[in-house]
Amino acid sequence: MVEHRPWNDIIAYAILTLGVFIVAFPVYVAMIASTHDAATVVGGRMPLSLGGHALENYYRAIFVGGSRTAPEPVGRLLLNSFISAIGIAVGKICISILSAYAVVYFRFPFRKTAFWIIFVTLMLPVEVRIYPTYKVVADLRMLDTYAGLILPLIASATGTLLFRQFFMTVPDELLEASRIDGAGPFRFFWDTLLPLSVTTIAALFVIQFIYGWNQYLWPLLITTQDSMQTIVTGIKKMLVTTDELAEWQLAMATAVLAMLPPVAVVIFMQRLFVRGLVETEK
Amino acid sequence: MANVVLRDVRKTYLGGFEAIKGIDFEVGDGQFCVLVGPSGCGKSTLLRMVAGLETITSGDIDIGGRIVNQIEPADRDIAMVFQNYALYPHMSVYNNMAYGLRNRRMPEPEIDTRVQEAARILELTTMLDRKPKQLSGGQRQRVAMGRAIVRQPKVFLFDEPLSNLDAKLRIAMRVEIRKLQRRLQTTSIYVTHDQLEAMTLADILVVMNSGRVEQIGNPLDIYQKPATTFVASFIGAPPMNLMPLRSDEIRAQFAGDSRATSEAGILGIRPEDFIISSETIAGGIALDLTVEAIERVGAETFIYGTRQHEIQGVAANPGELPPGEVIVRIPGAVAPAIGERIKAVAPRENLHLFSADGRQRIDL
Repeated sequence: MVEHRPWNDIIAYAILTLGVFIVAFPVYVAMIASTHDAATVVGGRMPLSLGGHALENYYRAIFVGGSRTAPEPVGRLLLNSFISAIGIAVGKICISILSAYAVVYFRFPFRKTAFWIIFVTLMLPVEVRIYPTYKVVADLRMLDTYAGLILPLIASATGTLLFRQFFMTVPDELLEASRIDGAGPFRFFWDTLLPLSVTTIAALFVIQFIYGWNQYLWPLLITTQDSMQTIVTGIKKMLVTTDELAEWQLAMATAVLAMLPPVAVVIFMQRLFVRGLVETEK
Repeated sequence: MANVVLRDVRKTYLGGFEAIKGIDFEVGDGQFCVLVGPSGCGKSTLLRMVAGLETITSGDIDIGGRIVNQIEPADRDIAMVFQNYALYPHMSVYNNMAYGLRNRRMPEPEIDTRVQEAARILELTTMLDRKPKQLSGGQRQRVAMGRAIVRQPKVFLFDEPLSNLDAKLRIAMRVEIRKLQRRLQTTSIYVTHDQLEAMTLADILVVMNSGRVEQIGNPLDIYQKPATTFVASFIGAPPMNLMPLRSDEIRAQFAGDSRATSEAGILGIRPEDFIISSETIAGGIALDLTVEAIERVGAETFIYGTRQHEIQGVAANPGELPPGEVIVRIPGAVAPAIGERIKAVAPRENLHLFSADGRQRIDL
């Protein structure tokens, strides 16, 4: 299906460009808004060019914090988000690689059942099981803790499935060679399977880091102290004001800052990420 | 050094499928045993049972005087070479060979000595730092051999190790494996479906068919005196010509031998045992053929002919000819023309007689 029709290319490019524009424009507006002062942003006529208050806004957002409504500086929120996103990503990888290892390589009673139960949890994200999960976390006194932010989110059917698919492509002979070479289940996992899974792990890390970073509902529910908020909930709180104008320019600066870590993760791990998803050669 | 003894070894899978139906044989110390048979005959399963990768349903496997039925593969003191080599893709050649030794907590200097020695024997010294991906098929195969050698095991097990190589390399590696085995004097069991590989490598040849042993013995003995029609058509290429003895055309030629006419049902003649001649040989056999096709391979020529009176054949076995067809192999490139009628004769000592079901050899 390699055809060369110039019109097809032109139309395709036009549609794609339009799509990119639609996606990128709000981001652009956020960046512009973060460089103006409060009056300009609230004035109703949003300029489309850079303003002169960028340094001041970012300085306030990172080190000082906003007004009374959002007393924590963004630095703290970024740290919270970073810890929970890393925790969720690493936790998910550990749990799902181990459960996939169990499901693929061990023969135990109800193996199929175990696999299907994991599979079914795909249909039960946090939003669906939010009340019982909240109750459990509250009873364990994990409200307003990192553990509370991380633990309920680290079980991952997606990750288990991804690793399972990968493990099934690893030739059986490799396991048999390991057995003859005197490697037990733990050694085989550590010496052979884990090094082979590096790219898959990287791919999953990228996906899950962003998933963890973008969590909104769960952190909103279980954090009450300002010092434990994540950046995504923090932005929201900046905009909810009772008796004064929201400081949009700070919220936008915060939003731009909130975008940076996921973007950095994608950029730095992109090579591994793509290989992890498409690689077939073992 | 050790011998390997199998006593009434059986394997039945969960579904009830009987893959190995009671096998007994012994491989003496330092001998090279080849298991050969068509795909699905159970030869790989049997090898994997010796290796400990498959469980044994009943019977005993004895390596060096120790029954190993319940022993883990790593503790059986064996080394295995796999068909797809099964090298660890993320480890260098050196580490691939050293891995098994490290798992056994061998001191590092000793590991180094053994790996360097194996690399020297296999001419891998310059490649020790490479990853398997950077090696050619033949080199990977040698690394797989190296991994087996460094262990200095009691038994080498080979599971079709040459089938992923091209024809030329296969022949070269075949010779190398044999030389290596002679030099190391390690008892070996080798699985292949290639009868030529089997003939050239084996001290003891075990011909298998659907989970049973058809014949065990020295390769030349098996070639010269195949015990069943299956062995007759499997060993030797092109396969032995098998024809039913019912036909009057052939029966007439055995008129003097009552045993042959009463018990025997199938006559076998190897293509290379025919001579094209207008004169018959006393006590031998003569077939009138119409030449259908000719294959010239240089040093020899294969003539495919059909028998004129008879178009019945024997039950189909792997590698067997269609009914009524006869292959004649003659040296040189001079051959009759297609469509020509020829007489192919064979002396009596080159005839093979089998019972009608093909399960039994009848010596003339």
